[in-house]
Amino acid sequence: MRRTALLLAVVLALSVGDGLAQSPASGDVERGRKIFVSHGCYQCHGTQGQGSNAGSRLAPDPIPLQALVLLVRQPRARMPPYSPRILSDQDLRDIHAYLTSIPKARPVAEIPLLAAPP
Amino acid sequence: MTRRERERLRRRDFLKGTAVGGIAAAVMPVAHGAEPPPSPTRDGPRNAGPTPPNVESSVRIEGATAASCGSDYMVDVLRSLGIDYFAATPGNTFMGLHESVVNHGMTTSPPLRFLTTMHEEASVAMAHGYAKIEGKPMACAFHATVGLQHASMAIYNAYCDRVPVVMLTGAGIEADKRKSTVEWTHTALDGPGMVRDYTKWDDTPGNLQGFGESAARAWKFAMTPPYGPTLLAVDVPLQEDEIPGGPGNAPPLPRLSSIRPPSADANTVREMARMLVAAEHPLIHVDRCARTPAGLQMTVELAEILAAPVVDSGNRMGFPWRHPLNQSRRFGALRDAADVFLALEPGSPFGLVTEVGAHGELRRALKPDARSITVSSAELYPKGNYQNLQRYAGLVDIAVQADAEATLPFLIEEVKRLLPRGRSKYDARARAFAAAHREDLDAARAAAVYGWDASPISMPRLAMEMYEVMKSEDWSLLSHHYWQSSWSQRLWDAKRHHQYIGGSGADGVGYTSPASLGAALANQKHGRLSVAIVGDGDLMFGPGILWTAAHEQIPILYVVHNNRAYHQEIMQMQVLSNRRQRGVDRAHIGCVITAPDIDYALLARSMGVHGEGPIENPADLGPALRRAVEVVKRGEPALVDVVSQGR
Repeated sequence: MRRTALLLAVVLALSVGDGLAQSPASGDVERGRKIFVSHGCYQCHGTQGQGSNAGSRLAPDPIPLQALVLLVRQPRARMPPYSPRILSDQDLRDIHAYLTSIPKARPVAEIPLLAAPP
Repeated sequence: MTRRERERLRRRDFLKGTAVGGIAAAVMPVAHGAEPPPSPTRDGPRNAGPTPPNVESSVRIEGATAASCGSDYMVDVLRSLGIDYFAATPGNTFMGLHESVVNHGMTTSPPLRFLTTMHEEASVAMAHGYAKIEGKPMACAFHATVGLQHASMAIYNAYCDRVPVVMLTGAGIEADKRKSTVEWTHTALDGPGMVRDYTKWDDTPGNLQGFGESAARAWKFAMTPPYGPTLLAVDVPLQEDEIPGGPGNAPPLPRLSSIRPPSADANTVREMARMLVAAEHPLIHVDRCARTPAGLQMTVELAEILAAPVVDSGNRMGFPWRHPLNQSRRFGALRDAADVFLALEPGSPFGLVTEVGAHGELRRALKPDARSITVSSAELYPKGNYQNLQRYAGLVDIAVQADAEATLPFLIEEVKRLLPRGRSKYDARARAFAAAHREDLDAARAAAVYGWDASPISMPRLAMEMYEVMKSEDWSLLSHHYWQSSWSQRLWDAKRHHQYIGGSGADGVGYTSPASLGAALANQKHGRLSVAIVGDGDLMFGPGILWTAAHEQIPILYVVHNNRAYHQEIMQMQVLSNRRQRGVDRAHIGCVITAPDIDYALLARSMGVHGEGPIENPADLGPALRRAVEVVKRGEPALVDVVSQGR
């Protein structure tokens, strides 16, 4: 599923021609975190982008910025569309920077409650 | 002013005088209409004006002696039906029954115990949860009109969830016997009418003989699949007056027939078995099909002899969560590949076999040459107003109107008879599904690490911290796993019927907290650890259930999934606000439960329940849960408030 999303994201990203394609990842992490919360992204995707049954996982290792922009502007399924009027390109750069800043999760083996199958 | 009215007013003055003394709580007539002075609260209609001079009386003054009242007979009838509990918020129109339960039912054998609730919705929901564990109804009673109105949403939940509940409400059939304005207000000519669309059957018996027969019928219809709530409206004088001719002339207790649920006919069973045995890719979908532990065993047996994958709806314990054939995460792929699809008691057969295109066009979700079969008792009892039957499933090939659990023994026998001797094909299939199940489990564990140390606390962290303190106990999860992104279903090992009971049925908020308490009551005698993850919004629909838990000494662990919102709604608000290009910065208004944040642990403690929290640091969660479980194991309720992610 995630592999399909990534593939789609790459294909979409290749078709992007705006300024975002030329200037990825120049966002403000803290501002991005605040927007992620104030715009309610976390309600479905979780405060650390971990995902839920209402929204896919976004972090760590987010999809490329250009793909994120396309998915936000022209979402599929239940995701509401966010136009530039609601979330500017700079806002999305900052959100992407926040998602990129989220550290990798600990491996399963290092979490005792998950290490052994139930 | 008549003499009787003067007597009543004097009695009110007396009660007013003793109310401050504490004793009044035990003797004071309690009525929905008898309120304190008006106060500036939201509860407008209840406190809207001065108390009328002829407020509803506690009991009819004339009438029965203690040894000969009609409601004692009614209590005996309920006990003869095997009913052990009577849940109610008091109300004058069933005060005769109430008095008989506490002074006759609770003091003689077999006991009929009164459970005090703080809302009629809680009474029904307790009965709802109780039946899903105990396998039989609890009685619950409501004040006529106002009490039944309060109860109505919980009745709809029980109806949609196909759960047996035997309900009673007061009735004032003879107009000249209503003695006050309130008694008139609390009378409806056809009280059950307002909930008839979502009760299975109702009656208003005219005498005690009729009550006995109607109560037996109410029990019988409630317990005949599809299960459902039934309602008796019981005339106030019939409850309170003497048994005509004295106590020796009480009607005989009704005899209860043995109920045989409808199973599919032999030809249909043979046809289903032939199709399943011949299938290369059979798929079984289980919904509310395992009414009993035996039903669960049979779904397992059918799946195992066919080596067929099973997808579980989550509405009941339909299939063990860690069984290798449980493929609940793979429904789409399995449905695409299936050549025979068997759905047992599907809640929405349409949704299982149909895809709706962008322009509303209907497409067959199964392969063109695949065959679909539904076995459903719900289709034996259709009603038209409320649309819980879901959309018409025209793409189902064979729709069998029968109870799935009653059909399974015959289907299993026939499948066994038809199975070829060599099992290599089936064994290979079983091995492949076992590997897929392990893959799903590993994927779930891998996905659980994301946000593991987050605050608010993540759902997989919540699930696994809970499981750590529960897994060595005989636990029972009494809330639907969906609201926590199904992490318990993905990571826990539930294999017994009582370990999971699904959700509300109609998605009416306010079900989980009281229903789980009713289920916990049924678990109590088995020494099981009852656990419910309740939403903060759900709990605040009726927080009085915490008092009932403490008062009735029912051990249960409430874990509050405190996402400080009506979370489903806030997501919908975001969708709408953005579709209209207005942004989401105001979408929280009306949906969040903050400013102030509610202290649920304090709320619990205020009602005599052990309270922990609010827990914001995930490292604090395990110790808090362990302390709470120790309390529950001592036989008391406990609550842990967990500040959590949305889902």
